[in-house]
Amino acid sequence: MTSDSRDQSKKLTLQETEAKTYKERIWKYYLRKNIVPLFFIVLCVFGGYYSGLSLPFLINEIITRMARNSFLVISLIIPILAGMGLNFGIVLGAMAGQFGYIATANFQMAGFSGFAVTTLISIPLSILFGWLTGKLFNQAKGKEMITGIILGFFANGIYQLICLYFMGNFIPIRVPTMLLSTGVGLRNTLDIKSMHYALDNLWKIRIKIPGMIFPIVIPVFTLLAVVVLCVAIHFLIKTKLGQEFRAVGQNRHIAEVAGIKVDKIRVIAIIFSTVLAGIGQVIFLQNLGNINTYGSHVQVGTFAVAAILIGGASVSRATIGQALLGTLLFHTLFIVSPLAGKNLIGDAMIGEYFRVFVTYGVIGLALALHAWQARQKRR
Amino acid sequence: MPEDSLVPEKTTLKERFLDFYRDFGVARLIIFGFLLFLLASALFLKLPMEQILSSVLTRFGMNGILVLAMIPSIQSGTGPNFALPLGITCGLVATTLSIELDMAGFSGLFFSIGVAAVLGAITGFFYGMLLNRVKGQEMTVGTYFGFSIVSLMCIFWFLAPYKSPEMIWPYGGSGLRVTIALHDRLGKVLDNFLSFDILGVTVPTGLLLIFALFCLALWVFSKTKSGIALSTVGSNPRFAESCGLDVNRYRIIGSSISHALGAVGIVVYAQSFGFIQLYMAPLFMAFFAVASILIGGASLKRATVTHAIIGTFLFQSILVVSMPVANVVVADNIADVIRIIISNGIILYALTRKEIGGDVS
Repeated sequence: MTSDSRDQSKKLTLQETEAKTYKERIWKYYLRKNIVPLFFIVLCVFGGYYSGLSLPFLINEIITRMARNSFLVISLIIPILAGMGLNFGIVLGAMAGQFGYIATANFQMAGFSGFAVTTLISIPLSILFGWLTGKLFNQAKGKEMITGIILGFFANGIYQLICLYFMGNFIPIRVPTMLLSTGVGLRNTLDIKSMHYALDNLWKIRIKIPGMIFPIVIPVFTLLAVVVLCVAIHFLIKTKLGQEFRAVGQNRHIAEVAGIKVDKIRVIAIIFSTVLAGIGQVIFLQNLGNINTYGSHVQVGTFAVAAILIGGASVSRATIGQALLGTLLFHTLFIVSPLAGKNLIGDAMIGEYFRVFVTYGVIGLALALHAWQARQKRR
Repeated sequence: MPEDSLVPEKTTLKERFLDFYRDFGVARLIIFGFLLFLLASALFLKLPMEQILSSVLTRFGMNGILVLAMIPSIQSGTGPNFALPLGITCGLVATTLSIELDMAGFSGLFFSIGVAAVLGAITGFFYGMLLNRVKGQEMTVGTYFGFSIVSLMCIFWFLAPYKSPEMIWPYGGSGLRVTIALHDRLGKVLDNFLSFDILGVTVPTGLLLIFALFCLALWVFSKTKSGIALSTVGSNPRFAESCGLDVNRYRIIGSSISHALGAVGIVVYAQSFGFIQLYMAPLFMAFFAVASILIGGASLKRATVTHAIIGTFLFQSILVVSMPVANVVVADNIADVIRIIISNGIILYALTRKEIGGDVS
């Protein structure tokens, strides 16, 4: 009897300690899981403090950047669901968007109708590019990310070939100011002032803050487009197609056995992503008002990937919330880091270099952390 | 393993030809055909072939060691070394150090090579430790690791307390120049060593000799016990482990040698080029080195010294020949675009071959 009761008390303490360690472990687990966004929140607050920017200015900048970049970042989610990693191939979608603008600028369209036509032109091009990308990724299963990076560079070469040597040569361009003085090849900057703020200006809410000169401006329709996209993706995941994406993402072989055409689903996932990226780039450029013909698309993949990773997404898991949080943090860092670098070290160039370093470093670090965690989990 | 490699004897000529074709690959065939086309048009346009051949030889020796750097990394199973800018920056630090210490000629060159190799090996060691933690995603992590190191080093070049007037901006301003001339330092030291002219073609003997030396060293290493262990670890990690080999250790060794070669490679490159380029210049250098060895017939899992030699020669020939041909026929800049398309195209081709190993785990 006595030994029994002693055993029981021992058991109880054991259970208690187990519960304690379990709680601790849960806490540690959440900390480790969210370490990346937490770190960047700290960095953003720190940078924001040292940048010396006023809060309304910062909020305005953040709203502008959220409105124009969220679309591109959200376009990464579906391929992640389908187990294809981070789709660096969205660069091709961005190119489709730019081809759309080149076409509408060529026909001298303006305003919202021009913007709408640009979007419509970009969609079939994106579908084509996405289909090709998907086919390529199916050839390189398990190596989608590095293939996407290299594909971006390769496509950039083709893009340069078309824009520098074919435009004005094989492809007639009506507006001579778009071309270089030789009559062949597009200029470095393509002016789309006629479509500047085409979407943003449809309805802007201005909120006056007492004591501040500039009001906070909210481009309602651009943000609405982002919200609609979020809701659409949320529902898409619940449809049959969405479930198929997830099934393929969890295990290709089991999905294949269950009767899902894996290769086809993967191609569809990439087409979705590319089309969204194309529209995203169109929205992005209408906010900027001019296109850096040979540069605007190059960094799209890098920036979008960096943003979604900062939000706490990983190569195999991503939510809309993470995409939005990541866009917020990444672009806050984008705004504050040059100024913070200047105020802390004393040179503007340092801030510039630091910003580039952060962009690349974040991706490298996040990919490395994910690979590390995945290995630990397997053990 | 693809099944066709298990097919034993090839009987007919046709089968043998088909096998060669499959091994060689469509992409390589296209590139080879393109080179022949370029050579034919160069001859047709009566371009100065002696000059073209001289510069092919120079550029071959110039880039050779950077391409060799891919071999240990591929052999140890970490894929092509996309983080090569890491080694390259080590070489750049070594070269700037030699100028700062007012060295010139061979002493400067050997000092640079020595320091570069040591720095490269050390960074390669630490990078190898990172690689062991990210098994399966080496290429993706490496690419972005290389990029971030280049941008981090920009801050270093900007803040580093160098004093030599040859390297800092002449009228105040902080930081090193973007391009630093090496004419009075170690520029062309190797190129001019024992160089001679034959039929109007200048042969940069010293440059080719040092490339040959490194090729030989790497080949001898691959025949030693640790060299064989290295490639065993790469081709079959499980088997290597069951043989009692420490897989992680050999992967670190591979990364170390690779980065040391990358560091030495950029010193040799710079002495032949006559300038060193700092800041964002090394950003895309890894891709050209990767493309070169892949054109030579290497895959993501298998690479030999021969692949590096053939690949460097083919890739550099295309670059050298395409420039004057494009100048005469179309426009000036098209050679650069062609370089981008070819180098990334061949990497894409290699990535889409069926092989073991992966990226997303």
